[in-house]
Amino acid sequence: MTEFEPIIGLEVHAELQTRSKMFCGCAVVDSVSATANTRVCEICTGMPGTLPVINRRAVEFAIRVALALHCEIAETSIFARKNYFYPDLPKGFQISQYELPLAVNGWMMITTNGEEKRIAIRRVHLEEDTGKLTHRQTNSLIDYNRSGVPLLEIVSEPDLRSIDEVRAYAIALRSLLRFLEVSSADMEKGVIRFEANISVRPQGAEILGTRTEIKNLNSLRAMAQAISYEIDRQSRLLANGQEVRQETLGWDEGLKVTVPQRGKEEAHDYRYFPEPDLPPLHLERSWIEEIRAKLPELARAKRQRYVDELKLNPYTADVLTNEKDIADYFEATVAAAPDLPAQQIGHWIGGPLFSLLNDAGIKIRETLISVEQLSELIGLVELGKISNSSAKAVLTEMFASGAGASQIIEAQGLEILADSAIIDGHIEKVLVEFPDQVQQYLLGKEPIFEWLFGQVMRATSGRSDPQRLRQALARQLRALDKRQPPA
Amino acid sequence: MDLTAEEVRKIAFLARLHLTDEEIETYARQLSAILEYAAQLQEVDTANIPPTATVLPLTAPLREDTIRPSLPQDEILANASSSEEGMFQVAPVLEQEP
Amino acid sequence: MTALIDLSLHEAAQALRAGETSARELTLACIARMEEVDGHVHAFLAQTPDLALEHADRADKMLAEARKGENESLSNLVGIPVAIKDVLTIRGVPTTCGSKILEGYRPPYTATSVQRLIDSGAVILGKTNTDEFAMGSSTENSAYGVTHNPWDLARVPGGSSGGSAAAVAARMCFAALGTDTGGSVRQPAAFCGITGLKPSYGRVSRYGLIAYGSSLDTVGIHAHSAAEMAVLYTTMAGHDELDSTSMPGAVEEIQLQDGDLRGIRVGVPKEYFIDGIQPAVEAAVREALNVLGDLGCELQEISLPHTNLALPVYYIIAPAEASANLARYDGIRFGPRKNGDDLWDTYLKTRGELFGPEVKRRIMLGTYALSSGYYDAYYAQAQKVRTLIKQDFERAFERVDLIASPVTPTTAFPIGAHEDDPLAMYLEDVFTLPANLAGVPGLAFPVGFDDSGLPIGMQITGPHLGEAILFRVTHAYQKATDWHNKEALL
Repeated sequence: MTEFEPIIGLEVHAELQTRSKMFCGCAVVDSVSATANTRVCEICTGMPGTLPVINRRAVEFAIRVALALHCEIAETSIFARKNYFYPDLPKGFQISQYELPLAVNGWMMITTNGEEKRIAIRRVHLEEDTGKLTHRQTNSLIDYNRSGVPLLEIVSEPDLRSIDEVRAYAIALRSLLRFLEVSSADMEKGVIRFEANISVRPQGAEILGTRTEIKNLNSLRAMAQAISYEIDRQSRLLANGQEVRQETLGWDEGLKVTVPQRGKEEAHDYRYFPEPDLPPLHLERSWIEEIRAKLPELARAKRQRYVDELKLNPYTADVLTNEKDIADYFEATVAAAPDLPAQQIGHWIGGPLFSLLNDAGIKIRETLISVEQLSELIGLVELGKISNSSAKAVLTEMFASGAGASQIIEAQGLEILADSAIIDGHIEKVLVEFPDQVQQYLLGKEPIFEWLFGQVMRATSGRSDPQRLRQALARQLRALDKRQPPA
Repeated sequence: MDLTAEEVRKIAFLARLHLTDEEIETYARQLSAILEYAAQLQEVDTANIPPTATVLPLTAPLREDTIRPSLPQDEILANASSSEEGMFQVAPVLEQEP
Repeated sequence: MTALIDLSLHEAAQALRAGETSARELTLACIARMEEVDGHVHAFLAQTPDLALEHADRADKMLAEARKGENESLSNLVGIPVAIKDVLTIRGVPTTCGSKILEGYRPPYTATSVQRLIDSGAVILGKTNTDEFAMGSSTENSAYGVTHNPWDLARVPGGSSGGSAAAVAARMCFAALGTDTGGSVRQPAAFCGITGLKPSYGRVSRYGLIAYGSSLDTVGIHAHSAAEMAVLYTTMAGHDELDSTSMPGAVEEIQLQDGDLRGIRVGVPKEYFIDGIQPAVEAAVREALNVLGDLGCELQEISLPHTNLALPVYYIIAPAEASANLARYDGIRFGPRKNGDDLWDTYLKTRGELFGPEVKRRIMLGTYALSSGYYDAYYAQAQKVRTLIKQDFERAFERVDLIASPVTPTTAFPIGAHEDDPLAMYLEDVFTLPANLAGVPGLAFPVGFDDSGLPIGMQITGPHLGEAILFRVTHAYQKATDWHNKEALL
């Protein structure tokens, strides 16, 4: 059977988290939880006679993203009206950009299976979001809280060749939006939404096949499933000598199939024309440069720096830079404890703390452990005041209660035993308790040492410094050996 | 430039205007006459002429990102012919258009 | 003493200051006049006597404070009853745009232009009739009945701001706001024998002006004289942060010196004196030009070579913009709804049944001009030709300070005259459209009468933001002549 190669492009819509909306002063709120139609005014509900005025911060955020995507930014860009009728679109047109968008010709690097690939970005433009419809049996209800929220559209070239690349691109873009602090990029709440265009062609072919478009993919999972389904469907069609119809599809989450949104394209002739209520948007070069100078370090650069300068292992660096909040927490801890090795801090955040967060299903910004508390704990480990295993238990307790490390160590008596007489006492007891095992060791079965070590450690409730315990145990066993007659 | 009834129907649908057959006939005639009159524009040589979308020597002003109070929900809904649970109400939206 | 309603705006302001009358008394006189004549004229779609008296009482307080010396800088507008065209919003007051599709709509906010009048102490008497969504030249396209010309009730008052012009001409108010997208203030001013201003695009905020052709729409003024209009203009003009197309910067002060117009160069475009122009109109305008000459103006013939293209350009651009501007009328958020079988059918029915024929015609024309395959030939080409028309004016204003012409080819026509011929109706605007396309200000004022006793108007046009010279020249003309004081015998 012929092998088919998928050609995929993604169109991403991201709500920008400005304070006020794109064209009016209504607050941008979480449209999932806010009471319906309480963040609306005459402008964002399209009352007759109203006019738009552009939000400066929305433009700044768009420039930030465009710069991070290495785009050419247009000194003059134009807003246009995109005309169509839908109940969630109060004016009967959406203010968007068509000819002369804010930015074009950018790129973003993605990594799949350790390989790097550059994905071209066709354009980045600003527009306004629509309201939200609630569909019910007998009617539909409209909430315009989301209407007029600034929306950034980022369109890639059809450079993606696999589901893995699609996923890597989506995750990288989400990370970029978060690191730039322009959007929560929360897919579950619909803050970013994806549309994919897909075609397939026989492996090695030059020309492109007919493409379909899948709209409203609202989770990474749905996107992967839908695209994968669509690749299979198109490949099967072509393999059977049939044709792919150019059409707009939706993803049926229940049936796990793509379904044609029949008539949608044919019925739409968007009749774009320049928005007469907004003169051209002119961007001063100096402003763009000012924004460029203040661009934060992005995930890829951070990861590189963690490995090169902070000497973190690549795996930990990955974990720490996957989410901006975790990277921020790591960097804050490093800043709070300049004397501690960054590798240790990275290890504790990327390892034990990350596991605790995952198990509890919470975000790092919700943790009760402050960076000062964490650096105190790591400091105690470094000073040998507490063993590694105790420290993990202490971290778990800190995570649960928010109490400080010293407080927990003291309350639970976890501090490492400093008095060697006590340790020696515990060793003596163990050696007396397990004479057979001691005998076997002395007869040359060396692994028994570790077993004995574990028994003493348990006897001291893990409070022994492993190094010192090891030495003391060896010393006592050697002493026993001397009393034995030669075999 | 003569518009057919079919073309008029198509335009009317794009503009979401229900027209009677009589209206379609009238508009076909009237719009054809107006478009014929407007066709003289196409005889003008505009090869090197930029379009005028706005007469103003302005660029778009940018407003500061500050919140202005929204309108009370009841005031926003006051003009709606139908509302429910604080939302505007319409017949069920079927994904498919005619 | 002259009846209150016969006073000029300045005389009324003077009487109010002097305590010879009160704003309440003046307002009641206007309300009485409305009751007396509006049954015949039908200038108003909504009368707001309660709101007017509330404004009047507030004005009387301001006046009382002023007399005690507590408010020195009192506007001449305090206590002056004015009317507002029904395409400008006033919070809580029915606003229909002369359309069934907005029946019962009460906007939750007030237009900036109207708010500035209210803030200066004006009294709002009500909303005046208009062609549906300001699309028309006669008010015959209003869904609520035609307005009658106070000079001859069988004739139209012009349009689309016919209600405002008729209300002023019939002395139901001292001044009124209209809107002008292709001549909708100037043409009815000429037909009703009053003075009307279409300001420069960007000079008066459009916030709250219910859009027809957004790149052409302006808020204009009707009054008996330029001096009276200046009071409203000065109050409204200037930047508004709610309108991105509002010009920043200070507004040039209006200086109304008497008489001397020496050194002012007046261009007379040959393209405006065409075949088909009513002889009485041409004669009156020529005579008015002579008066301007006597006052010191230097007259010269000029050419605006692309004049004949203004009409086709306008009837592509305005409908195209309108087709988008009027997409919001779907019966969901405001206005009545005509329920169909399903939502999509409801859209079709609501819009199909509640928009009037002229509005539907223009929406379709605009939809067509923007649609795929026709955009370049119609819309894009019209925008380019618009550039040529704008350049005509720019070149002319390198040589002259203002341009004078008739406002309309004829005087007011009988109601029903153009009923079945939209193109003939469109030709009414042939002299007024170019100013909208170029964004420049135009001022119409009365310069005589035809044999039937119908008023004739002349239009002067200035460069962008050149309102001051229009006021100055008109005021000088009105000092020297008496046409603007002639009254319809109603």
